[in-house]
This record gives sequence, structure tokens and C-alpha cells, in this order.
Amino acid sequence: MARPMTITEKILARHAGATEVKPGQFVNVRPDVVMANDITAPLAIDAFLASGASRVFDPARVALVPSHWAPPKDILSAELVHKMRTFARDQGIEGFYEMGRGGIEHVILPEEGVVVPGDVVLGADSHTCTYGGVGCFSTGVGSTDLGCALATGETWLRVPESIRFEFNGSLGRYVSGKDLILFAIGQIGCDGARYQAMEFVGETLESLPMYQRLTMCNMAIEAGGKSGIVPPDAVTRAYEDGRARREPVYLESDGDSEYTARYTWDVSGLEPQVACPFLPSNTKPISEAKGLEMDQVFIGSCTNGRLEDLEAAAEVLRGRRVHDRIRCIVLPGSDRVWRAAEKAGLVAIFVEAGCSVGPSSCGPCLGGHLGVLSAGERCAATSNRNFRGRMGHRDAETYLVNPHIAAATAVAGHLCSPDDLD
Amino acid sequence: MSGRAHIVGDHIDTDVIIPAGRLNDPRPEVLARYCMENLDPKWVEGVSQGDVIVAGLNFGCGSSREHAPISIKACGISAVIARNFARIFFRNAINIGLPIFECPEAVDATEDGDVVSFDMGAGTITNETKGLTFQAEPFPEFMLGIMEAGGLVEYTKHKLTNAS
Repeated sequence: MARPMTITEKILARHAGATEVKPGQFVNVRPDVVMANDITAPLAIDAFLASGASRVFDPARVALVPSHWAPPKDILSAELVHKMRTFARDQGIEGFYEMGRGGIEHVILPEEGVVVPGDVVLGADSHTCTYGGVGCFSTGVGSTDLGCALATGETWLRVPESIRFEFNGSLGRYVSGKDLILFAIGQIGCDGARYQAMEFVGETLESLPMYQRLTMCNMAIEAGGKSGIVPPDAVTRAYEDGRARREPVYLESDGDSEYTARYTWDVSGLEPQVACPFLPSNTKPISEAKGLEMDQVFIGSCTNGRLEDLEAAAEVLRGRRVHDRIRCIVLPGSDRVWRAAEKAGLVAIFVEAGCSVGPSSCGPCLGGHLGVLSAGERCAATSNRNFRGRMGHRDAETYLVNPHIAAATAVAGHLCSPDDLD
Repeated sequence: MSGRAHIVGDHIDTDVIIPAGRLNDPRPEVLARYCMENLDPKWVEGVSQGDVIVAGLNFGCGSSREHAPISIKACGISAVIARNFARIFFRNAINIGLPIFECPEAVDATEDGDVVSFDMGAGTITNETKGLTFQAEPFPEFMLGIMEAGGLVEYTKHKLTNAS
């Protein structure tokens, strides 16, 4: 009788060529997709070349995405992007996503069906854990790990223990996957899942749309998680239908799998959450954070830059005006999202409300460009990190919220819920 | 190897170690200038070659940017001793050859400015000021192999050479 395994263990076993694996075991796996962005790829290319390799293991399984410096903000960043696109061309990597046909890697890769259920994905970006939303194992690594994986087509991984998060109950009107994950991180702390796989299940998850599952898995790293995963179900199959570029492998956890911890929460009465400076675990319900004046609102990022996220923001901003004090920046998460938002009239709603709608870019989330904060400024952001100095000056503050809250805050000028408007 | 201890707290994240605004020039000597900038903009001025960072929980949490351990190493820090590390930082430090130790006892016993030495092979940390030696969490054998090869790039180079 084989040992019962979690979905994460099953995926890793399949990619390690083993019938079973156990937490704590080191395995060599061959990832299905290897990804880097314009901050991490340049160093990964250096490591790749230093290893003596000349050709990537398989150009068809490599994705290179200029997202963080998109569009290049200065000569130095332009040189990094140039190095990456030259490498992509030389290596025959078709998965290079130029601006206008790309966006943020964590929005593009699931959307384009590049990462599919059952995959192992290795990405030189900590938010690579996002793809667990479709039911694959995906994790972030640094540039040297990635460069060596480009050379050999494999990497070592420690099989993580899993933690099971069960959410029951139906969500309130302005409550979303973002609030579930912020709540969970607030409960377990920013190292509460360190090195472990976070498995999200329960009746709330069963009806949770894919974009919100991606949001939840996106923030697994903010609890220290190695990965996040939502076991595939009917929602996953419907999402992948006509989208997956390879045959998905739908796996599930055995009923008697071992978990290091099990959390069960009834989230019926859960309020939208706000993560206050300077940790994503510093969460409060919106009713306790309400009234705090903001200077900027940022709607976008790999956490909440998908079409439905923009629809949520537009629902609040339709026919309203952004507060005089607020600089409201909307960056759709991918160019596909941009076009769809334009077609659906969302861009017009944002512009008429007084938002600035910009290109698909990570820009402001990491304090890179396109909306950096000065000392003393506060920003309500739909992104994933509020560390000191994250969005700019070390004395600026970031408050993490969902798109409904961000949009309501843009209108009111202070943190609040759409229910508090008018 | 020995140097003075620089104590930092829990959950020192990679945006504190090296903010993204500094990542457009990834040369180690440039990253070195801004190490721990968001903790204290003048932090690097107090670092002498060989000094060590003594940290709390979850050191290096956040981004996957390898620029973080690179900036620490390049500004003169010879090792990081912490209660524990965030996993991507842990991998990155090993891959680029920045010695790291998980040792809560050494963290508890060390004050800012104490002279600390370490032996990577033996996994020991000595607080010279207080005359105390501690055994850090041992590295898995597999990881020692990477370190003995001189980091992951060298390790991969051997692998590619042997395969061809």
C-alpha cells in the first residue's frame, strides 16, 4: 500500500521519476516551465554562461518576461532588458513577451495556458507561487538556480511539508480571495508557512473563480510558503478548456495525507482585510482601518491585475470621481487584460473618474517606477508587499487591499469600503 | 574568519536589504553601497571587512532577488547567523557562496559589536568576546556538495563536463 500523498507530493514524485516522495526529501526534478524576468534574468544569464553552457535545455520550455522595468525606466534598466531580449533571440526562445504582447509574467503564463495543472514550474521571481492557482507546483528561486536550470533542465528541491487551509461559508459582497489570503497570513504570520506548501480547500474555494485562486496562491510567499496550491476541480477544468497548451494532469490529495497543520475557518462574516505597514501579516478588517488618509491608490500587479479585478474597481469608480488628493494609477496586468478592459469600457470608466491608466508593468509595486512614493506618502495598493521602502521612500507606507477597497479609497481619499461611499 | 556582530531584528526582508530602486545596476560593488539602506541609510558605513550579521527569524524574506545576498557579501559581511532564513534567500546565499548559519543559541548570546568567528566546515560559531562556541544546524550532505564545489555554478559546470 503506497503512502498517502498530498497533491504537492504527487506532482513532485512524477517529476522526480519516483513513485513516492516524502517531506524533507531532496529530489531532482525536471521543470515543465522555467521563467525569469528583467531583474532576475540578466544575472541568470551570467550564471548560465559561467556554467559553461551554450544552449538552453529546451527553448520551448523557457519564458522570459520584461515586466519589472517595463518600459525601461533609464539607461541601466534598458541595458538589462536588452541583455535579456538578445539572449532570448540568440537562443530561439519564443516565450519572450515584449511589451504590447506581454505584461506581468504571473498574469500571462496562466492566462496563455503556458503553465497547466500538474506542472512543476521554476521561476526567478518570488511570486512564481501564483501558478498554484491552476493546480500545479510552482516556486520561486534566485538567478543562479535559474541560470543552472536553463543549462541542465533540472533543479533540486526539498519536498515541502504541506499545511491545509480549509475555508467554509460564503463571502460577503466586497470580500474576495485577496481577503482570504490576507486573513490567513494575519493568522499564521509572515513566516507561518516557511518552507511549506499551502493547500487551499473548502466549500468557499469550490465556488471561488480562478482569478481569485491565483491571487491567493500569489501571496503564499508572504507567509513564507514555498508554494500555494488549489487542487483542481470543475472551475479549473473549465478554465483550462481551450487554454492549456499542453495536456493538463489533474491530481488531488489523498484523504489521509499528512499535514503539519490544518486550519479551518468559517469566513461567512469576514470583512475585507487591510494589511498595514510594514508586513503583509499586519492585517485588520477594513472597519478598523477606515478613515486613514491616502495619497496614492494603485490598482494592478500580479496579485490583482486581472480583468475581473479591474471590473471590481470599475464597478465602484463608474460615475464617480477620484478624490482631489489622490493619484490613482491603474495598470492592467497584461496586454490581453488591457485590450479586454478597453473593449469592456473599463478604461473609459477609469479615465473619466480621473485615474491614470498606464502600461502593463510591475512598476509601482516594487517602487521601481510609474508611481514611486515620497517620504510621508501613503498608498492603498492591490499588490502583495508593504515592507519598509517597498514602494519608494523608507518613510512611505503601503496598505494592501482588494480592488473594491482600493477603488472606494480612491473616491473617498481615505481607506474605506464601497458601502461607505455616498 | 572573524569580525564584529551587527545585530538586526526579525523578518528582515529583501526590500530592506536592497531596495528595488537599486537593482538597475547589479554590479556587486554598486549593490554594496546600498546594503540595508531601508534599515538605516548609513548602515554600510559601520561595516568592516569580515563583520557578521546576527539576525532573528525569517531573515531574507520577500523577493527572490539574488542582489540581496550579493550586496551583503560585497559590502564586506563574511557570514549571516540567524534564528532561521526565508527559503529563497537560503538557496541564494549557498549558491553565491555567502556563508550562513542557523543557530538561535548564538543569536541569543551575541550582542552588537561582539567579535564572532566561524568555521564553515565544522558548522561552529564562536563568540570571541564572551568565549562561547555554538554548533549551528548542519547542512544536508547534498548541499555541502554544492558548497564544496564552490557554489552552484561550479557544481553545474562539473555536471555538464561529466555528461559530455
